[in-house]
Amino acid sequence: MLDASALDRAHALTLWREMLRIRRFEEEAVELYSRGAIRGFLHLSIGEEAVAVGAMQALAPEDAIVSTYREHGHALARGMPAQALMAELYGKANGCSRGRGGSMHFFDVGRRFYGGYAIVGGGLPIAVGLALADVLQDRRRVTACFFGDGAVAEGEFHESMNLAALWRLPVLFLCENNLYAMGTALERHQSQPDIARKAAAYDVPSAAVDGMDVVAVEAAARRAVDAVRADGRPYLLEARTYRFRAHSMYDPELYRTKAEVEQWKRRDPIVTFAAQLATSGVLDAGERARIEAAVGAEVDAAVAFAELGAWEPVEDLTRDVYAAAAGERTR
Amino acid sequence: MIEFTMPILGADMEAGTLIEWRRKPGERISRGEVIAEVETEKGLIEVEVFASGVVEKLLIEPGAKVPVGAVMALIREDAGAPPPNVTALPVAGPVPAVPLASPPAAPCVPASIAVGAPATPAAAASGRVRASPAARRRAADLGVDLAVVLGTGSDGAIGVADVERAAALGGKAAAAPQPAPTAAPQRPATAPPSHADAIRRTIAAAMARSKREIPHYYLATTIDMQRALVWLEARNAARPVTARVLSGALLLKAVALALRDVRELNGVWAGDRFAPSPDVHLGVAIALRGGGLVAPALHHADRLDLDELMRRFRDLVARARTGTLRSSELSQPTVTVTSLGEQGVESVFGVIYPPQVAIVGLGRIVERPWSVDGAVVPRSVVTATLSADHRVSDGHRGARFLATVDRLLQAPEGL
Amino acid sequence: MTRVTYREAVRAALRRALADDVRVFLMGEDVGRYGGAYACSHGLLDEFGPARVRDTPLSESTFVGAGIGAALGGMRPIVEVMTVNFSLLALDQIVNNAATLRHMSGGQLGVPLVVRMATGAGRQVAAQHSHSFEGWYAHIPGITVVAPGTVEDAYGMLLAALAEPDPVFIFEHAGLYPMEGDFDEDARPPLHGACVRRAGSDVSVITFGGSLPKALAAADALATEGVSAEVIDLRALRPLDTATVLASIAKTRRAVVVDEAWRSGSFAAEVCARIAEEGFYDLDAPPVRVCGAEVPIPYPKHLEDAALPQLATIVAAVRGIAQRR
Repeated sequence: MLDASALDRAHALTLWREMLRIRRFEEEAVELYSRGAIRGFLHLSIGEEAVAVGAMQALAPEDAIVSTYREHGHALARGMPAQALMAELYGKANGCSRGRGGSMHFFDVGRRFYGGYAIVGGGLPIAVGLALADVLQDRRRVTACFFGDGAVAEGEFHESMNLAALWRLPVLFLCENNLYAMGTALERHQSQPDIARKAAAYDVPSAAVDGMDVVAVEAAARRAVDAVRADGRPYLLEARTYRFRAHSMYDPELYRTKAEVEQWKRRDPIVTFAAQLATSGVLDAGERARIEAAVGAEVDAAVAFAELGAWEPVEDLTRDVYAAAAGERTR
Repeated sequence: MIEFTMPILGADMEAGTLIEWRRKPGERISRGEVIAEVETEKGLIEVEVFASGVVEKLLIEPGAKVPVGAVMALIREDAGAPPPNVTALPVAGPVPAVPLASPPAAPCVPASIAVGAPATPAAAASGRVRASPAARRRAADLGVDLAVVLGTGSDGAIGVADVERAAALGGKAAAAPQPAPTAAPQRPATAPPSHADAIRRTIAAAMARSKREIPHYYLATTIDMQRALVWLEARNAARPVTARVLSGALLLKAVALALRDVRELNGVWAGDRFAPSPDVHLGVAIALRGGGLVAPALHHADRLDLDELMRRFRDLVARARTGTLRSSELSQPTVTVTSLGEQGVESVFGVIYPPQVAIVGLGRIVERPWSVDGAVVPRSVVTATLSADHRVSDGHRGARFLATVDRLLQAPEGL
Repeated sequence: MTRVTYREAVRAALRRALADDVRVFLMGEDVGRYGGAYACSHGLLDEFGPARVRDTPLSESTFVGAGIGAALGGMRPIVEVMTVNFSLLALDQIVNNAATLRHMSGGQLGVPLVVRMATGAGRQVAAQHSHSFEGWYAHIPGITVVAPGTVEDAYGMLLAALAEPDPVFIFEHAGLYPMEGDFDEDARPPLHGACVRRAGSDVSVITFGGSLPKALAAADALATEGVSAEVIDLRALRPLDTATVLASIAKTRRAVVVDEAWRSGSFAAEVCARIAEEGFYDLDAPPVRVCGAEVPIPYPKHLEDAALPQLATIVAAVRGIAQRR
């Protein structure tokens, strides 16, 4: 693990601030959900922020992202405005998907954020196809595909690893292993719980990294992306992490013990990195307060933006089922 | 003062049961800490607060079921805490929520197993006129009362063609002109007409129309049946009773063959001209037990041998009386034969059934003194009549028809 | 104008598309070296090379999903799923991704993807290779579902599909591949819109795809008994050209819908529902369906024949509601 003090100071603060943005954004979402402003499913990545932030540092603007239904962190780290994301949680027309997707379906074509996919494993083939399009058009870009440990049990994981390797496609498969497929522990759904090892079967290089350490994740992601870019082949990076909250909003957490959760919370990526930064003199109390205030203001502004947003008119219900040029096609 | 309310803990949660307070009044609590345990459908959930301060008052006793949004506790907020940045909550979607309580409902009994379910089609049992949607619309357009239309579709359903035929026959409702036509048949609000009523009204409309529009002329002749009956008796003697041919069938065959010869009597009046039919479909009037009559077609009667004609005639009578005639039998006669011989009547002059142009009447076969080769002898004779449409034929042609029937019956072996 | 088979027409369209647009590529199981399970892509690997004619592993979900991704990335993929039964393995990608992305992204994404697959029964390949799931696919908003029933449509609709900004699913009835027909390579029939294949006045026979030749033969047979049947080829199941169907019903007042799929919940049921909803007052008889028997399609010919709409069953259904003139 790199010593935080060795990092460029500004970059270190950026990493911490980015994780904090995700944390505060999602904490606000919990409160809004409890009060009925946000409905439906709300899958939070609180505890997993280091993976999104660390991995995203390795990706360039021309690279593509394919994400999951637990994608608030990926979207924020990719640079999507918190306002558009919060409005999307509200279901407002000023949301990043016009309010049609909600929490699980963020899209931003301009930032090559190709969406949150809410069927486990469903995004992997999409990522393979995006990479194929790049290869066929002689573009040297990377497609990063996030998925959880649950997706490793899906056929699409194995099919996609195989096809990407077979066709030499530049895909970074990025497994956020938070140890639970909803409520089923990894050892209870995988005969071989070492996910990184599975890549060998497809002749895909792989690595595992501590997903609670943002610096480690960034370093591992840079190595992985560099490898993908260099030889145009896929790579599997497994980040071992933990979600502190329920699968979706609240659940009684019958599948894990409080002690286990508390143990992982001691490794909170934001708290531990802040401590490292404080020790190395990068983050003093004043700086910390300024960042906290700025992030708080950003979240407040996002909520205000969402509150002020308009509902999409019901007349537009069937808009964009097909391209406008295709005419009235919904019948 | 901050109100702590029952939070929404899942997409489908409407209420939760308070199990335990984790803080007492006067105790401090910080944002993110657990204030209570709430039982939901998914199980026990620890509920956090989103404010920091001192618990002022607990409003709900453990064990109580509390709807989401209801105030459960008051928290005195720390000084200087930022005001909540959300104002208008809870935010309702554009559609008001519908309570999920199951509405009262009758127990589910599939119709297929319901006790006492009628075996017959509901439509028939209800007495509702069985008419196609298109027929209803056409009837409304034409001001035709469906109750007077005879259906020729499957199971007697009224189709567009039936409505148009009824309209051509003057089948408009006998009452004053209807108000603006609607899709629904215009009928008094009293009990719907019975099938017999409907038939009666159809006959009424058709006969009135016939007498109003068709210039009838009438001819009659008496035919010596002696040779025919003797021949028939000999023919029947060799057969079992069920295979015997009745004299009526012999007469029908003679009429059918004669119609081939005089084409002006076989066909339909098509608005402004006569349309002769290449085929002879003999409509045979059959009285119904419930009253009224029908005249279904013996198709191609001129081409049937006697046994087949007899068989089909029997079948037609039986089915007319059980209401199982086929639509083609009802819609396609090209001429009608009416016989009242069974009732003892010697001669009958029928009223033409539009759009046909002729009706042949047959009386009872009776014994009469008859001059044969200068001697008066008893002979079996029958009176055959013709009512015909003068727009199409003249008496001369009509006379030729009756003469042909007579001639054919004198050579029964050719029938 | 030349005479070619349906198979050759598909191949000609593929060749034309690959030649005309560098964004087009073909992928699927055995489309390359093998030449296509139904030989539709025979020779194309040699002509266009392995980058554009790509053999895939047996991974329906992933190569259909990769087609979606490649379409998002600016390509115009043609994905061949060998048969409709294998497409069940790709349903998640089709239903949850291809059909939803444009709407769910608020109009940001489009998936100009063409998926071709063989469909239908009648070749004694038993219960797992004889399905007709076009109706299932037609249930899904966001995709276009077509079933070319003529040689000219097999060619023209594929080219028209490639011009669409949204996913198009082409169902080629496997029994039609050897069928010969006139073919004009410059003809460009529209992607959707029903077509009156034979005019008539007594009853409307409404069908599509593999049942079209049967319906036309039935109309010929009925003509000899004086029944004039109008045959409507729906061509596209989604969007469904209800107007053409209703115009025909308004004339004939009678409808027989022929659909090889199982009767319950069939596409024929949808057609009947629309007729009832929008053409009710034109009807002189209840709409009638001629569908597949509700059994897994059996292997022996006599049983398979009995399970599918046939000329005789179509004729009988028409006779049942037709009014002779």
